[in-house]
Amino acid sequence: MNGSSDEKSANEDIQVLQDQPKKLTIYWKRLKRQPFAVGGGIIFLFFLLMAIIGPLIVPYNYQAQDIANRLKPPSLAHFYGTDQYGRDVFSRIIVGSRGIFLLGGSGTLLAVIIGATLGLLSGYYGGLSDEVLMRLFDVLLSIPPILLALVLLVTIGPSKPGLILVVALLYLPIEARVMRSMVLSLKMKEFVEAAKIRGEKKLYIWFREILPNTLGSMLVEGSMRFSYAIFLVASLGFLGLGVQPPSPDWGLQINEARGWFSIAPWLLIFPAGTISLLIIAANLMTDGLRHVFYPIGGEI
Amino acid sequence: MVKKGSVPVLEVEKLTVSYETERGVYQAVRDISFSVKSHESFGLVGESGSGKSTVALAIVRYLASNGKVTGGNVRFHGTDVYSLPISKLRSFWGSKIGMVYQNPQAALNPTITIGKQLAEMGKTHLGMSDREARQKACEILEMVAMPDPESVIDRYPYQLSGGMLQRCVIAMALITKPELLIMDEPTTGLDVTTQAVILDLIADLQKKFDSAILYITHNLAVVANICDRIGVMYAGNLMEQGTTQQVVAGSKHPYTFKLLECVPRFEHGRKKQLLSVIPGSIPRLDEIPRGCVFAPRCILAERTCSIERPPLIEIGQNHYTSCRLWKRVHELKAVKPEAIADRALEDIPFLKVTGVKKYYPARVKGEGIFGKRKRKYIKSVDGVTLWVNKGRTLGIVGESGSGKTTLARVISGLAGATSGDIELDGEKLGKTIPERKQTQLRKIQMVFQNPETSLNPYHTIAETVGRPITLMGKSNKREIRDRVISLLNAVKLSSHYYSRLPGELSGGEKQRVAIARAFASVPGLIILDEPLSSLDVSVQGSLLNLLIELQLQSATSYIFISHDLAVVQHISDWVVVMYLGHIVEWGDAVKVLKPPFHPYTEALLSAIPVIDSKGVRTRIRLEGSVPSALDIPSGCRFNTRCPRKPGEICRVEEPPWQEGKDDHWIRCHIPMDKLDKLQQPAMDKT
Repeated sequence: MNGSSDEKSANEDIQVLQDQPKKLTIYWKRLKRQPFAVGGGIIFLFFLLMAIIGPLIVPYNYQAQDIANRLKPPSLAHFYGTDQYGRDVFSRIIVGSRGIFLLGGSGTLLAVIIGATLGLLSGYYGGLSDEVLMRLFDVLLSIPPILLALVLLVTIGPSKPGLILVVALLYLPIEARVMRSMVLSLKMKEFVEAAKIRGEKKLYIWFREILPNTLGSMLVEGSMRFSYAIFLVASLGFLGLGVQPPSPDWGLQINEARGWFSIAPWLLIFPAGTISLLIIAANLMTDGLRHVFYPIGGEI
Repeated sequence: MVKKGSVPVLEVEKLTVSYETERGVYQAVRDISFSVKSHESFGLVGESGSGKSTVALAIVRYLASNGKVTGGNVRFHGTDVYSLPISKLRSFWGSKIGMVYQNPQAALNPTITIGKQLAEMGKTHLGMSDREARQKACEILEMVAMPDPESVIDRYPYQLSGGMLQRCVIAMALITKPELLIMDEPTTGLDVTTQAVILDLIADLQKKFDSAILYITHNLAVVANICDRIGVMYAGNLMEQGTTQQVVAGSKHPYTFKLLECVPRFEHGRKKQLLSVIPGSIPRLDEIPRGCVFAPRCILAERTCSIERPPLIEIGQNHYTSCRLWKRVHELKAVKPEAIADRALEDIPFLKVTGVKKYYPARVKGEGIFGKRKRKYIKSVDGVTLWVNKGRTLGIVGESGSGKTTLARVISGLAGATSGDIELDGEKLGKTIPERKQTQLRKIQMVFQNPETSLNPYHTIAETVGRPITLMGKSNKREIRDRVISLLNAVKLSSHYYSRLPGELSGGEKQRVAIARAFASVPGLIILDEPLSSLDVSVQGSLLNLLIELQLQSATSYIFISHDLAVVQHISDWVVVMYLGHIVEWGDAVKVLKPPFHPYTEALLSAIPVIDSKGVRTRIRLEGSVPSALDIPSGCRFNTRCPRKPGEICRVEEPPWQEGKDDHWIRCHIPMDKLDKLQQPAMDKT
């Protein structure tokens, strides 16, 4: 083949790119028909942004105590009021989001990575090891999550790495199962058999043939698990097993605010409301993602 | 009794159905008009995307939520179906209109016994008591020729075979004596032998019941055999309508005419030749031509054809066509496909399979925990010896359960053989893929049945076809790209497809890519496992031609597996007939399909519906399905279903191989010349 025909076919490729509706365009179209999901996504991204740059832009240092201004109701100076040490609640909530994202996020990420790997291997090879692993996960899943988390944290002592590990361990079985069930059907597909016949290495089959087909589902599954993790981290903080004072952890804040509820309800309402808002936003976004990747009516 | 075809039961007038999708609103069916009269069977034929199933759904007002009738009407005994309230409609469904769908497994509830499901119909629609309904269920099962209805009635769907289930579904549709019976591809999922039995049943029921039948299928031959009148659909339009005789023998529409030519037929004394095909492909819903929908693919088309959509015109008594050039359709006959010069090849065996067995261990029910385990095996392939010559095609035929796919997997190494040898190009091959060298793997490639799952949906066509080339050690990007494009051109795909994803391709195009991928590593042998079965007739023809051409250019050997004897005969040089893991007959492709043949081959041949069957064909019907490979019958494996069984010897002794004239072998107790005498007169009539 000479240069000119090569060029011609390259041009044709561009043509194809232009007149074929690309996957991203279709996703974008579907997304536009999900106003709640878009709203949830925007709120979620806002919190994520705050977690990253929040500490730089907050009006007060989250640790700065100001006894003269303690237990002040919300005002223009203190949007969400002040707590029993005169610390600014708004600033503490903003800074606290970093912890939530860091703990919940890295815990979930770890769960997805390890879970997906185990699920992939277990589903691909099957047999006895698969059986043993799955029964082990059954055991983990049969214990109420908060109870399991408490037991583990009491044993290893509350710490940030400890919390991440607990989140990861709790959600790992579910990720593994989702991955495994997908692999079970994918490994029988003809394109995988064709890859085997032409002598592909296992790594290629796993990562290039099977994995891309699972990404959409794993993304949806992972973000749903993340919204659970936010709640879990906050719950553990509330129970005093999360991050320790004077950290601005949301759960911890709610716990500390309990005693002051009758005279300073804003101490409780704002952190609790923020947690609810973030979780609802994350759920809406996850639901939207599911509709974008797997529309109910099929793709036409 | 009313005279045949006097009162119209169903009238469809100028029906137009649109679907609302993400990409816009598309008309799936346009201006369809036809009527079905009492006692008549009307066949609606069309390839996928022709809108035939949409018509069926629109008739019973059962369209998907995004589908809408946007024009015309459907009248059932004069009443407009779309003017009725839903409550009234419910009494229509089931009692006056019966439906039979493609998949009987999905049509029956797996947790309720057959009898209860049948009785339910009697109770809701006919107001019968429990006992009456059960009695009725029994009667109706007897009418659909169900063996032993008394015991079937208490069984669950999973305990019955596909053919028996379809009989139950037909019984269920008939229990209320509906005035209209709609059948949507009722035999498509079944084996040829079972299909033949069900078709006989439908033809028989037509005589017993007064129901009008609307039969929807893609298979012209089936319709030609059981329908009085035929309507041919293409891309949402009705192309031709008339009596079976008019449409099949005197077609006046280029589409019907070409479609009939596309079907491979049995030819005694054959030279390898290409099939006549329809150029181009079925238009997608979003690119329906403005004028005649068939114009872009029509050889006769003139300028006016692509500007204005032609109306359906009456050209004979009750014979309609939507072609304005119908007078010239006979000219198409002159365009004969060229016979191709066969390449002279030395007959060197390229692949040799010797005594290959593949057993799967099975868990047998009813074993105690402490009881002595009796190991049982599913003997999928049980001692097969065959060879494929260089540049030649070996066809493997058999029903599902005959072990032909397992054999393919054993040869490709996907499943390791239990015992036996496989030799490729003089080298002994390892049993499984890891035991084979990369250079050996390269030489055997496979093309699978389902094009939808053959290609990874996340890999572009370039990656899919280019990967085997990369694996061969080529790394020059430009070189790989050029090779991919020349492979795409070889399978008649333009370089437009280079960066597309499989989701944007039609089934036939995907299969072409799969063929290009198989050829990419310059293999010596390609195993084609039912590569055409899920494709439309017109697509099948062009792919068959493509495979033959590619083989002539490259001298690649093929193993072509199919249940369709006509297709196998068309492409193969040698044919092997398999039954329950054994080869029962093998020989030259032309000789195997001529008497004398094995009783099983004879039954397979007789089961295939043929479009232009002149005179009477022998009717040999096999009851039941292939026995389980777990309990293989003793003696001759075919003895439980053999219609020509001479006697006790078949049950006791394994039949010997008999050699016929010119490399033709049969495994049967009946001597060759006697078989010849038994089968000859029957064949003469065809």
